[in-house]
Amino acid sequence: MQLTLWTYEGPPHIGAMRIATAMRGLHYVLHAPQGDTYADLLFTMIERRDRRPPVTYTTFQARDLGGDTAELFKTAVREAFERFQPQALIVGASCTAELIQDDPGGLADALNLPVPVVPLELPAYQRKENWGASETLYQLVRKLAGPSVPPPGTSRERAAGGPARCNILGPTALGFRHRDDLREVRDLLQRLGIEVKVIAPLDATPSDLARLGEADFNIVLYPEVALLTAQWLQRNFGQPLVRTVPIGVRATQEFIREVAALASVDPQPALDDPRSRSSWYARSVDSTYLTGKRVFVFGDATHAVAAARVVSQEFGFTVVGIGTYSREFAREVRDAAKLYGVEPLITDDYLEVEARVAELQPELVLGTQMERHIAKRLGIPCALISAPMHVQDFPARHAPQMGFEGANVLFDTWVHPLMMGLEEHLLTMFRGDFEFHDGAAPSHLGHGAARHAAAAVDASEAVTAAVTAAVPASAAPTATLPSAAPIVVTDWAPDARKELQKIPFFVRGKARRNTERFAAERGVALITVETLYDAKAHFSR
Amino acid sequence: MNSRVIELQPQAATGCGQAPVLPGVLKERGQREVFCGLTGIVWLHRKIQDAFFLVVGSRTCAHLIQSAAGVMIFAEPRFATAIIDERDLAGLADAQDELDRVVTRLLERRGDIRTLFLVGSCPSEVIKLDLSRAAGRLSQRFAPQVRVLNYSGSGIETTFTQGEDACLASLVPGLPASNETSLVVVGALADVVEDQFARLLAQIGITKVGFLPARHSDAMPGVGPNTRYLLAQPFLADTARLLDTRGARRIPATFPLGVEGTTRWLQAAAAAFGIGAEVVEQATTSARTRAEAALARQRQALQGKSIFFFPDSQLEPPLARFLSRELGMRLTEVGTPYLHREHLAEELALLPAEARLSEGQHLERQLDRCRAERPDIVVCGLGLANPLEAEGMTTKWAIELVFTPIQGYEQAADLAELFARPLRRRELLAA
Repeated sequence: MQLTLWTYEGPPHIGAMRIATAMRGLHYVLHAPQGDTYADLLFTMIERRDRRPPVTYTTFQARDLGGDTAELFKTAVREAFERFQPQALIVGASCTAELIQDDPGGLADALNLPVPVVPLELPAYQRKENWGASETLYQLVRKLAGPSVPPPGTSRERAAGGPARCNILGPTALGFRHRDDLREVRDLLQRLGIEVKVIAPLDATPSDLARLGEADFNIVLYPEVALLTAQWLQRNFGQPLVRTVPIGVRATQEFIREVAALASVDPQPALDDPRSRSSWYARSVDSTYLTGKRVFVFGDATHAVAAARVVSQEFGFTVVGIGTYSREFAREVRDAAKLYGVEPLITDDYLEVEARVAELQPELVLGTQMERHIAKRLGIPCALISAPMHVQDFPARHAPQMGFEGANVLFDTWVHPLMMGLEEHLLTMFRGDFEFHDGAAPSHLGHGAARHAAAAVDASEAVTAAVTAAVPASAAPTATLPSAAPIVVTDWAPDARKELQKIPFFVRGKARRNTERFAAERGVALITVETLYDAKAHFSR
Repeated sequence: MNSRVIELQPQAATGCGQAPVLPGVLKERGQREVFCGLTGIVWLHRKIQDAFFLVVGSRTCAHLIQSAAGVMIFAEPRFATAIIDERDLAGLADAQDELDRVVTRLLERRGDIRTLFLVGSCPSEVIKLDLSRAAGRLSQRFAPQVRVLNYSGSGIETTFTQGEDACLASLVPGLPASNETSLVVVGALADVVEDQFARLLAQIGITKVGFLPARHSDAMPGVGPNTRYLLAQPFLADTARLLDTRGARRIPATFPLGVEGTTRWLQAAAAAFGIGAEVVEQATTSARTRAEAALARQRQALQGKSIFFFPDSQLEPPLARFLSRELGMRLTEVGTPYLHREHLAEELALLPAEARLSEGQHLERQLDRCRAERPDIVVCGLGLANPLEAEGMTTKWAIELVFTPIQGYEQAADLAELFARPLRRRELLAA
């Protein structure tokens, strides 16, 4: 048993729902107890879809367990087929139905429906949502494209004269900016003159999946969902696959070159994009203050690895920690961690992530809505880079992560939380000034924000308080972190405390921690002004 | 999916000698688009301030609570899930040890917890994990600091609000024994509503009043043969049954929704304590006048509008009664997951004859009926609301009726507003 406060991923059948809901002409019959229909609201409320997911649930109850749940399942399949007339069906069980072992696949087969029925085995007590999505897409493609697999040894011939053709694999329902990423990637391919044969699973029909083998190569936008399928297509249809995920300017350029090489076209038309602004913005002098900002990155593996690369190579930040909840892609994150010389955090335990953030005290957290919660409590700026999904992750406007426009969006959304721009320099220059002080909110937040800003300062200062003193559990329930080592309390001389107040509030917490650490390491019991500046000199080496 | 419509049964009403003549109740079985009882944790953990709810279940359970509760839970999580994994399934023998380990870790972290509920789920019920044994053992270990109780919020046994019933029922055997003549109001109410009722009951002259659940574990009311209890919620069948076994007696009444429902509810309580209706009249005059004036404004927006209820919380019959009698709305179908005929006898007697009651659910057929009816407003769950809006219907999320303070005089207009706002909004956006 695992004690879980929040979960980063749903169970695997939610992954299957993300595939089914993305597609058209497919229906999913799920053997599940009453209550599992909550999953519908993920799509209708969080993603604001205007249609119910194409899912029929058996919603069995205790009284059915004594009777014939298998018959219940068969009736549900039959009724769903008659009502929705899908081109294909997927059938499976949620966690509870897995325990009663009714064999949805066999039961559905027995009905002899005139459409393909794909049984799903999604072990709910071992696997999670992204795995479930990946497995569902894979099983669907095997079943539907399988019949057109050429005999082994057949060489791939590209149709002469016509444009190169590719499939785009990975975008699902309830995906982090999948809708907008797709638009950017299609735009890049169009500039390169490459034809898109099938996009799957988003808006694909079962018959589209049967045609996947017709393309010359596959683009994997989200490896968590589509890598397994693309590898199968590679083995069986000889289609090469593009794995570079075009998040950030450099990765986008690499992606373009890789795709252009596979299609034997000139990459240049896509490489030059006058809308690409993030590189220039990062070079603009006002961005100097971004230098070396300490960033903690956590999310699904693909987005975490991409975010770490963008912030370090394109924004000049320092990655102080990287982690993922995607155990299936832990190796990619471990490799990335080596690049930055940090310890990777591979976990789906929210408490571990919280402890790591508290320990590292980064200046920016790039994470999921869970990390936003952690960052808020610790008073650290945060931006979101990955699922789990929140209603705010489906903006009305176009807000991709991929391509050049995606890179623009990343610059805006990741730098904005640090937002003070020129004001930060002014604060440093005029520290102690009667107008530039802790209580004065940054001008972009308006006068009304002054109180709020002060509260934020309290919160950031409370971070140290939380690890040194016992905080009432009701005020900060998870602040008592198991791994947070107690810090030896050193006293501050009044003049040193006064001097500390002159340090701009947004770095004061760090200055205080550094000084206390410096003092503790040297056995200094009373921090004076001298100690403060000794510590400053020590840490600015 | 046993899809046949069972039959149109004549209403077999019981209780209080009234036998309301009702049209048939449509009973259906099929896909039920409802939450399971675990969802109750979302409001119960806000109500009982020193309680922790540990679901013993699957990742689905954890995902459900976090999805259903959305942003509300970010305030302060006093619930968690002990996720059963493969190892637990492989050797059930050590599931109890695992539970001890998880609970010990949890209670070490949270010294402020006085009651810990081990909440059963579908998987824990199916594998027959004995949570009552675990609760007994852990209670002994952590006594007197923490009391460990258990109940099931599984979807195979409970529908949405029945989770609260199961939770409160688990509290009943541990309530202190008392021979004092007292009134206990049963059912979780928002604190503000509870305080209003406590004041009104005191003004009426009922001084010894307890609330179940209380806000703190050490303040749960005593029960005994001289206890009369008044249900504040219509979904508390098991809790009522257990209170009866402790010797307490139920005061049959309507539920305190709307001015009429609240007045009748208070009058029933007063009558049980030998206090006349005129005393209630006098004590409630100002609150009633205020509420009626506020409702008059909402009535303009709602009068004559038709409403269709998908089953959700079992609050549907009293809500329908309020909307029809005090706001002049026209009832089409009033769906409810279960119809407790005894506890709802007073409500059913007040429902207009044209209201079509349905119990249980066959989702697709009910959607067909709803589309055919084209009501002015549809009350439904979050999974259906946006799809129905996209079809051109106006909807009200049922879950808000459970999370919002709606009982009593001061909230009567707020309750009406929950229905008036979607209608007004549609007009605004269409203009």
